[in-house]
Amino acid sequence: MKKKKFNVGITVIYIVLILWALTTIFPFVWVILNSFKPSAEVLTSSFSLPKEFTLMNYENAFGNMNVLNAYKNSSVISGSVTVGVMFFSSMMAFALTRYDFKGKKILKSLIVASLMFPVFSTIIPVFQMIVRMNLANKNIAVILPQIAGNLSFATIVMMGFLSSVPIEMEEAAYMEGASPFQVFAKIIVPICKASLSTVAIFSFLWSYNDLFVQKIMISDNMKFPVSTLLEDISSKYGTDFGLMAASVTIILVPVLVVYCFLQKNIIKGLTAGAVKG
Amino acid sequence: MLYKKKWPLLVFLVPGILFMLVFLYIPFLNNIKNSFYDMTGIVELPGMNWKFLGLDNYKKMLSDVNVRIAILNSVKMMVLTVVFEVGIGFVLAVMVSNIKKGQQFFRTVYFFPIVISATAIGLMFKLFYNYNGGMLNQILEAFGKEPVNWLKPELALLMVCVPTLWSYVGFYFVILLTGLSDISDDIYEAASIDGCTKFKQVFYITLPMMKTVIGTCVTLAVTGALKVFDLPWVMVPNGAPQGLTHFMGTYMYQTAFAMNNYDYGSTIAVVIVILGIVVAKAVDFITKERS
Repeated sequence: MKKKKFNVGITVIYIVLILWALTTIFPFVWVILNSFKPSAEVLTSSFSLPKEFTLMNYENAFGNMNVLNAYKNSSVISGSVTVGVMFFSSMMAFALTRYDFKGKKILKSLIVASLMFPVFSTIIPVFQMIVRMNLANKNIAVILPQIAGNLSFATIVMMGFLSSVPIEMEEAAYMEGASPFQVFAKIIVPICKASLSTVAIFSFLWSYNDLFVQKIMISDNMKFPVSTLLEDISSKYGTDFGLMAASVTIILVPVLVVYCFLQKNIIKGLTAGAVKG
Repeated sequence: MLYKKKWPLLVFLVPGILFMLVFLYIPFLNNIKNSFYDMTGIVELPGMNWKFLGLDNYKKMLSDVNVRIAILNSVKMMVLTVVFEVGIGFVLAVMVSNIKKGQQFFRTVYFFPIVISATAIGLMFKLFYNYNGGMLNQILEAFGKEPVNWLKPELALLMVCVPTLWSYVGFYFVILLTGLSDISDDIYEAASIDGCTKFKQVFYITLPMMKTVIGTCVTLAVTGALKVFDLPWVMVPNGAPQGLTHFMGTYMYQTAFAMNNYDYGSTIAVVIVILGIVVAKAVDFITKERS
């Protein structure tokens, strides 16, 4: 048992920690607060509570900016990317941990090597392909490269998990006549639930937050997903502070809500693999 | 191996491999090839054949001021990410590991900016920096000071780096905190019995034992710094002012997709890859040598 006394060190630690916490909370509170003020008020007194609570900026955003449509596009894109990555990465990881074949080592090192390809180094040829296939301005133009971009990392995460799963359960099922596909669907997928949710979380967030690929593949402003729409609003209405604050809030709030419920999983998902290196 | 028949292997492997082949490996090689050609358009049209240029694009880079600025800024960003993201992350992690109440709260709060898109964070900081009634200038005004143009040439790069660094501190904080929790309490207890102060413990116990984790963080930070695009692009498009805030990613985008100079953009992309590999190897070498 430690002595209970006033500890200066601990107090200082708490003060520093709380100060840093304020830097991460305050900017978001400031933006949300100001989204309920007319622009003129934001310019003069952005630190006070709104004098008159107004939804004008939101009416403006939802009325003129196609926000709902952007949400729809983003959900379709990021949803498909998530499902695609979960599906393909778990199958590849299953093959790479349960089968022996020629070139397995080479394949594994190719997958690891592709982590070193930044999106910049593949995007121009991918864009060429998309243009040639007449897919520009379609959701699929963002979905396909984003699946490929997340696949190698996801496969590595899944392999890490699957190689630690004992093979006995599969063995029993296989000996009783189940096909490898049945084993995969009925045994492997349920066992992998936790790591699959890790993969789902980082695929979804990376895809949802990524501006670069969206910007290149989609130039028609009727088809913008959330990030491109937000950038568009800022370049067109950058001086309308109220509208800008409302737009940022609109993007922020759904993520904030999801984060509140799933924060433990999200933190685990986004830092996955980092610790093991 | 358990499964005797080999053919199901194809079903499991082929879709994934196909995806990576078509959207990663082949484009990666094509990009290198493109950097040696004069691309007359994104797609080669009949009568507009691409001319082989050899190393012309690479020679052009040597005299391109913007490339020099972009490389320099990206290298500065790497140094800053290591010092501030990993550095602040480490200090905060050590502090949080020393307290009993509120650990979970700080984890949640510090990590939050990472889930927010860089686009939204960029816009938010644009509101803070605005000359006419932005948040920072309102604070200055309250103290009776003159407003500052936060994005003027001398300040712009710094002001773009701040949100980038700030938003990712929580990421390294969480990784380092996880690493810290793996160090057994017995070591610290033994040290404090021997009269080692908390402050000394950090240097003589925590830092040496965390070498691998810190090494991983540094590698992630440095390679991450090369991938920066969204945030600077939203805050200071086209490297504004005067291309001074260009990073490798933003300059590559501007060249290829705003000026439609695809082959030169490909060349910049190749340099990004080379820079990434060189830096990752260097970090690997330094951390390996010490341990």
